[in-house]
Amino acid sequence: MQAFYSRWGNVIFKATIETFQMVTIAMFFAVLIGLPLGVLLTLTRKNGSLENRWVYQGLNTLINLIRSIPFIILLFYILPFTKLLVGTSIGVKGVIVPLVVHTAPFVARLMESALLEVDRGVVEAYEAMGVSTPKIIWYVIIREARPAIVLGLTMAIIALIGATAMAGLVGAGGLGNLAYSYGHLRYEVSVMHTTVLLLIVLVQCLQSLGNHLATRLRKE
Amino acid sequence: MLIQLHQVSKTFQSNIQQVEALREVSLKVNPGEIYGIIGHSGAGKSTLIRIVNLLEKPTSGHIDINGVDLTRLSPKELREIRRSVGMIFQGFNLLKTATVEENIALPLRLTGLSHQEISQRVEKYLAVVGLTDKKQAYPAQLSGGQKQRVAIARALSHEPKILLSDEATSALDPETTESILDLLLSINREFGITILLITHEMNVIQRICDRVAVMEHGSIVEEGSLLEVFSDPRHPTTKKFINSQFPQSALSLLSVDEQDGQPVLELSFVGAVTDQPILAEVSKQFQVSPNILSGNIVPLKNAHYGKLIVQLLGDREETAKAVAYIKSTGVKVEELKGGEAHASLL
Repeated sequence: MQAFYSRWGNVIFKATIETFQMVTIAMFFAVLIGLPLGVLLTLTRKNGSLENRWVYQGLNTLINLIRSIPFIILLFYILPFTKLLVGTSIGVKGVIVPLVVHTAPFVARLMESALLEVDRGVVEAYEAMGVSTPKIIWYVIIREARPAIVLGLTMAIIALIGATAMAGLVGAGGLGNLAYSYGHLRYEVSVMHTTVLLLIVLVQCLQSLGNHLATRLRKE
Repeated sequence: MLIQLHQVSKTFQSNIQQVEALREVSLKVNPGEIYGIIGHSGAGKSTLIRIVNLLEKPTSGHIDINGVDLTRLSPKELREIRRSVGMIFQGFNLLKTATVEENIALPLRLTGLSHQEISQRVEKYLAVVGLTDKKQAYPAQLSGGQKQRVAIARALSHEPKILLSDEATSALDPETTESILDLLLSINREFGITILLITHEMNVIQRICDRVAVMEHGSIVEEGSLLEVFSDPRHPTTKKFINSQFPQSALSLLSVDEQDGQPVLELSFVGAVTDQPILAEVSKQFQVSPNILSGNIVPLKNAHYGKLIVQLLGDREETAKAVAYIKSTGVKVEELKGGEAHASLL
C-alpha cells in the first residue's frame, strides 16, 4: 500500500486535479451557454410567452445536430474551430472547447425540461402583478425550477466526467487517460482498479450531493 | 365607472377551427361593488376576466380602467396599471419553494418597494387574512383555504383598487368556501376594493355579489342587481342557476296533485316579507288550507329570497280572496297549475 502510494500517488493526484479542472471549467461555460438557451427554448416554444416558431425550430435542430455526434468524433471534427478559438488544440485548454460544445446543448435540454415543470399559473400571477418578463424569468421561473435544475446539472457533470476520459487523446490527461495509458497499455492493474474506484466514489458523491440539495430546495 | 368593457371579442385560432370565446361583450363595474359573473364551463367567463388585466389580448374592442384604455398602453404603462389590479386564482399560484412571507414579499421587491415598506405590508396583510403565525411555512404545509388566504394577502399587499377573482373558491370545500367569501366581503367593506369575480357556483354569487351577469356562449345573456336577477330571471340559463338553489322535487309533485282540481301557486318573496307568517294568516282569515308542496329560503347578500310551492285547498271564492291577500303583502304569486274549477285566479 505504502509502496503503491509512493509510486503512483503523484500521478493519480495530478490526474484527479486535471479531471476536476476540465469538469469545472467546461461546466462553467456549458451552463453559461446552456442555461440561457434552455430559457430561450422554453419561452419560444408553442404557447410560451415569447412564442417564435423559427427561433425554437432553429435552436431545436441545432441542439439535436450537435447531440447526435459522439464526443470522441466531435473532439477531432472541430479541431480547426478549437484552434481558432483558443490558439491550441491540445492539452487541457484544447479540450475545454469540445467539452463545452458537447455539454452546452445537453445542459440546454436539461434546463428546458426543468423550466417546463414550473406551473404556468405562477408565471401568470406575476405577470398580473406587473412584474417584467426578465425578472419573472430569473426570480420566478429559474428560482422555482431550482430543484430540477440541480438534478439536471448533476446529471450533466457526471456525463461530463465521462467525456473527459477521452481528453487523454489530445494530451489533456485526467483520470480516464490514466486508466487507459497506465492501466490498459502498461498492464498496471492496480492503477486501473484505483482509477475506476475513484471514479465510482466521485460519481456516487456527486449524485448524493445533487439529490440532497434538490430535496432541500423542494420544500415539500 | 371603474372597469368598463366595450364590445370586447376574443377569437382563439387553432389549426383546425376558430373558437369565439367572447362575442362583443360590454360590461360596467362600479367602484366599490362586488360584481359576479356566472356561467357554465366553456361560457367564456375565464377569458373575460383575463381580458380585464390584458393577460389575454382581445381580438377587438377595448377595456377601460378608470378611463384609461388598456389596449393602447405600452408594455411599461400596462405593468404600472396591473399593480393596481390584484388577482387571485383557482390554483392559488404560489411559489412552492418560498415561504408564506417570501411569497408576499418577493413581488413587492420586484416592483421596487423598500425593505421597510415590504416588511410592514407583509405583517399588515398577513394579519388581515389571519395567517400571522404561518409566516415561515411553505405552501405544501398549508391547507387549500390557507393557500388562498396567502394569495389574497399577496394580492392585497400591492394595495390595489380592484381585485379580480378567477374561480377563487372552486377548488375549496363548502366550509372553506364560506370563510374565503367572508374574507372577500370584509376586504370589500374595509378597504373599499372593487371585486370582479367569476364562478360557476350560484351560492358564491348570492352570498357576496351586489350585481351579477350571466354568461353563455361568449355573451352576457342577463345582467342586473342580485335581487332583480333572483326575483325576476328572464333567460333560461339564469332560471336554471337560480332553480339549482331550490329543491327539484316540487315540479314532479305537481302531476300527482293535478287531479285534485286545486290551484298550485308559486309564491316568491324577498326581504322583510320572509319574516311574516303569511300562510298562517291565510288559513286563519279565509276558508282555505294551504298545502305546502315545497319550500326554501335562500339567504342573499342583503336580504332573503324565498320560494314556496303551495296548493290552496278551498272553494273558488275563498281561494281568490286568499290570493289577493297574499299579493297585498308584497309576495309575488305565480300560478303553476290552475285547478279545473278555477280558470284563473290571477
